[in-house]
Amino acid sequence: MNDMVAIYALVALLCIPLGLYMAKALSVHPGQIDTIFGVIEKPIYRLAGINSQQTMTWQAYAVAILKLHVGLVLLAWFVFMFQGVLPLNPDGIPGMRWDTALHTAVSFATNTNQQHYSGQAQLSHLSQTFAIVTLQFLTPATGLAVLIAIARTLLMAKPRGLIKGVGNYYHDLTRTVVRVLLPLAAVVALLLTWQGVPASYQAAHQIDMLDPQVEEVQSIPVGPVASMVAIKQLGTNGGGWYGPNSSVPLENPTPLANVIETASLTLIPIALLIAIAVMTGRRRLMVGIGCVMLAFSLVSTSLVVYSERMPNPAFAELAQTAGNLEGKELRFGTDLSALWGSWTTQTSNGSVNAMHDSFNPLGGMVLLMDMFVNVTFGGIGVGLIGFFLYLMLAAFVGSLMVGRAPELLGKPLETREIRWISLAILAQPLIILGLSALTVALPSAAQISNPGFHGLSQVLYEFTSAFANNGSGFEGLGDGTLWWNLTCVVALLIGRFLPMLVPLAVAGWLAVKRTAPTGRGTLPVDSPAFMGLTAGVIVIVNLLGFLPVLVLGPIAEAVVQGF
Amino acid sequence: MSYTEGAKQPRQSLSFSQVAVGAIKGLTPRQLARNPVMAVVAIGTVVCFGLTPIAFAQGENGGFALTIALLLLATVLFATGAESLAESRGKAHAGALRQTKGQLKAVKLNAHGGTSSVTADSLRKGDRVKVVAGELIPADGEIVEGAASINESAVTGESAPVLREAGTDNSGVSAGTKVLSDQLIIEVSANPGESLLDRMIALVEGASRQKTPTELALSVLLAMLTLVFLIVVVTLVPMAAFVGVETSPIMLVALLVCLIPTTIGGLLPAIGIAGMERAMRANLVAKSGKAVEIAGSIDTLLLDKTGTITLGDRRATEFANCSQASKQRVRDVAFLASLDDPTPEGRSIIVSAKEQGVDPQLSEEAEGATFKAFSAETRLSGVNLTNGRQLRKGAPNAIADWVKAQGGEIPGDYNQVIERISRDGATPIAVAEDRHVLGVIALSDVIKSGIAEKFAELRAMGIKTVMITGDNPITAAAIAASAGVDDYIAEATPERKLALIREEQASGRLVAMVGDGTNDAPALAQADLGLAMNSGTQAAREAANMVDLDSDPGKLISAVEIGKQLLITRGALTTFSLANDVAKYFVILPALFAASFPALGVLDVMNLHSPTTAVLAAVLFNALIIPALIPFALRGVSVKAASATELLRRNLLIYGLGGLLLPFPAIKLFDMLIALFI
Repeated sequence: MNDMVAIYALVALLCIPLGLYMAKALSVHPGQIDTIFGVIEKPIYRLAGINSQQTMTWQAYAVAILKLHVGLVLLAWFVFMFQGVLPLNPDGIPGMRWDTALHTAVSFATNTNQQHYSGQAQLSHLSQTFAIVTLQFLTPATGLAVLIAIARTLLMAKPRGLIKGVGNYYHDLTRTVVRVLLPLAAVVALLLTWQGVPASYQAAHQIDMLDPQVEEVQSIPVGPVASMVAIKQLGTNGGGWYGPNSSVPLENPTPLANVIETASLTLIPIALLIAIAVMTGRRRLMVGIGCVMLAFSLVSTSLVVYSERMPNPAFAELAQTAGNLEGKELRFGTDLSALWGSWTTQTSNGSVNAMHDSFNPLGGMVLLMDMFVNVTFGGIGVGLIGFFLYLMLAAFVGSLMVGRAPELLGKPLETREIRWISLAILAQPLIILGLSALTVALPSAAQISNPGFHGLSQVLYEFTSAFANNGSGFEGLGDGTLWWNLTCVVALLIGRFLPMLVPLAVAGWLAVKRTAPTGRGTLPVDSPAFMGLTAGVIVIVNLLGFLPVLVLGPIAEAVVQGF
Repeated sequence: MSYTEGAKQPRQSLSFSQVAVGAIKGLTPRQLARNPVMAVVAIGTVVCFGLTPIAFAQGENGGFALTIALLLLATVLFATGAESLAESRGKAHAGALRQTKGQLKAVKLNAHGGTSSVTADSLRKGDRVKVVAGELIPADGEIVEGAASINESAVTGESAPVLREAGTDNSGVSAGTKVLSDQLIIEVSANPGESLLDRMIALVEGASRQKTPTELALSVLLAMLTLVFLIVVVTLVPMAAFVGVETSPIMLVALLVCLIPTTIGGLLPAIGIAGMERAMRANLVAKSGKAVEIAGSIDTLLLDKTGTITLGDRRATEFANCSQASKQRVRDVAFLASLDDPTPEGRSIIVSAKEQGVDPQLSEEAEGATFKAFSAETRLSGVNLTNGRQLRKGAPNAIADWVKAQGGEIPGDYNQVIERISRDGATPIAVAEDRHVLGVIALSDVIKSGIAEKFAELRAMGIKTVMITGDNPITAAAIAASAGVDDYIAEATPERKLALIREEQASGRLVAMVGDGTNDAPALAQADLGLAMNSGTQAAREAANMVDLDSDPGKLISAVEIGKQLLITRGALTTFSLANDVAKYFVILPALFAASFPALGVLDVMNLHSPTTAVLAAVLFNALIIPALIPFALRGVSVKAASATELLRRNLLIYGLGGLLLPFPAIKLFDMLIALFI
């Protein structure tokens, strides 16, 4: 309990200075900080031939994002398939199968890091550092860039003059990487190296076994692990160097390393609330959003902690009080595993320090619900962007209830906006439930590993994790097949770009509309009542739709197991 | 024009059969396609009816299938019935308004000066007709020649005759109103089927009605929710099969219908039509549904002082004297100068002078006097008595010029007196006799009772009020302060009104205004809500998007309230409908899986009798909630003047929390009742 409180306190303490720093570093208005970082950024712009001051329309911004990501996917796909003949491959790891390579490329390009492979065994150093880590920096930066673009287009409390465009993607992207992610990741990487996480380009260590009867030598793969783990945790990425992720001692060696890595899960998403509040001047609105997120988070974390303190059903009849330790590191116990599990699903991170598949059914269900909601802090940038999607829906209904035509922050929400917002919200049940239903209906194509309620939960978890760009898995599922690779690619792409680009488009459309001054008669977006409405919209529109399938999966499993 | 016997129809009353026929007509696929939520329920109904014989044949619970099918049919009929009811009410109202139309005959003026008798519905825009005393006006139009008193009770319900005159701001006439005196040449302003009332009827006609922008956006939202739940239910089938749980198609249809927003989906058209009907009942004729809707979002109201804030006529409240004359003398001269003055101001001076003790015998002095009427040029009026005395009253500058022209002098305290009166918000009318300025009459505006409270309410709702007046700034400020408006524009011209509207709109506000004159037309068109007086000129009525048949400028406030109520009703019932879902989940999900997976009974938090009764109770609740809410839909939910924060809190509490909780006891009750019969 104390260790959980300490981690909460650490995040609370760190997010304030980080938030204030980000507000300054990513501000629209030039400052001293631009001169300092200009030294690094200007050569980048020159090299890439980018005019960073040229503002883009939302369409151009979106096209720039898509273009860059198509390029990144193609490049990563190529590297993964041909890593066997490419340099930096001391362990002689062969190229990936085309579909697994495609899935991996898309998965990392969508900030998901869903892994249908085992990192240390199937990726070369080149793949890990060049392809994976590059994407682990660029994808959270993209989410943050879009958030900043939306914030300065839609949220500014006192906009300066006419808004011509939403900003420059390359400018936002570069600044986020150079000013926020790189320095922060460097600090965390150094801390982790100090705690014993490997940081080298050596080949695997070959260790003579104490008992040569079993195996003569054990191969312990190493590499530049610490730098990857740092951005994996900070950037809501989740894809680890080693297959079992942060449950492996090499990736998460000490109690302090676990504290650092757990705190890193939520640090930037929470600090962003503060950064946006300062940047836009909408402090009360962001406090309200923060409160809703925190409420969802506390409910989820408490439930998971409670669930994992319950015994594993298999041992329920034994006199033991240790809780459900199946699939957990004894070093961490149930609380720290549950805390990590709930935070990693709330933030769309997806790294693990315990096996979610082995959580008690109700604990696993809460993890699923975190990913359905996906705006409890959420991924970097995209969490808040997703929240705005629900905020827009709530504003639509809320405006009507105060007797005004629907508007958000004085901007009229009309049929075009509602149509696209609806589409973005509709996509989630369509993709997750549609693909899950298809998969269980075609067992021969999909090759589901397990029957019954838990088998259904595994299928559901896989697609939910893909759509939510989370990346964690109920790993009992044999997901390295053509079916899983290709269906997940669909879920990954739609789950990433639709909920991110629709709010950008809406912001672009709203920016050029008239702004009604807010007053006594307009919807109070920063009131507790409105935040309650928004939370209600999230629960009813998003969560309730998944209740039937949760009944068939984890709830049925829990009922059968007796609690 | 002549008026045929028996033309007056009885006011149409609502009949059950008429509503029922409308409800059944609403079942045609084309009608249902307009409403995706109800279309899904209708398809579910067909599926259930189709499954009924199969269930009977297989020895299953066919009665259950049939009951569900009938309940779903009832759900659709309640929805189409609500629309039909709203439509009938609206049409009854409009029908009552247009009464005799179609049976009227008109005397049409031909191009060569002759006349011909035609029926009213053959009149086209631009035709000219002649109407004499005792006849009904055959079509909406504008007087191009003549003046007449007209009884507009057929349109407004108000039987006091009104004066309408060519070339003034009161030149508009409506079909069906009766000319009481004189004769008029009227230019018809609308083709058959395009008159104000025709347009209004189109707004309440369910089938041809255009959805308003908000209604359209809300429909999209409801369609999205329907699709979400359709996906949820359809995908449930293979997933349930995968875990070995059998699902009954009837149960799935029941689940789907309970989850999709049938309540708001079913009532949405009725809410829209009822909103139009409420406007019509206030004698406000909207030219589009959008106009009624936008009224709710108005941020700034430009209100004409006269008729809205103050009573139409000003009253003489004080006879103030300058240094050389007594108060009595001012009063007496004002009395004499006003004896032949027909204007309301003139009459009020007589009344006030009598109240303040003028000798009625004094009027004998004015016998045989010549009356000098007010003109825009001289800006004064008065009498020349037979004994040579010249008495004048008028605008202070005009009186000063007149006295100077006679070689007289202006008293030293003249300007002081005028300033004091102006400061009090009264209009100063100077009184002079020959070469002497005697004093000043204070003509005061009488602020309507209750209007200050109204403005306080509007302020509480966040609506800014701006008083528009032709008065000078000092008078305007005083009236504005005592009426409690937020701002005022003095010495307003149509150009200034237009400029103000543009200025407010540039800062993002939606602006409403009232107008009646031709020179108001540009501002009426520019305003987001332009309300024209029915008595106004054709240009004004054309430019506006709403016309008040009562020609009461204060109606602008009613228009805003009706618009707000329309929007709040939609929002409240949407919230209610969505919040209902939570309870229904807890009823249907355990029932759905209970047959093949009894252990899931632990989810049945309400401890219902059996899966069959639970589902029937939920579907019954889902159906009955529609007629139960029809009164809310038709009357509109109650709206109190309050800030948005309070409104949101209260509506969330009533419709959100209420919608969350109500179904639990209701479904439990239905379940217990149904259990008695099964």
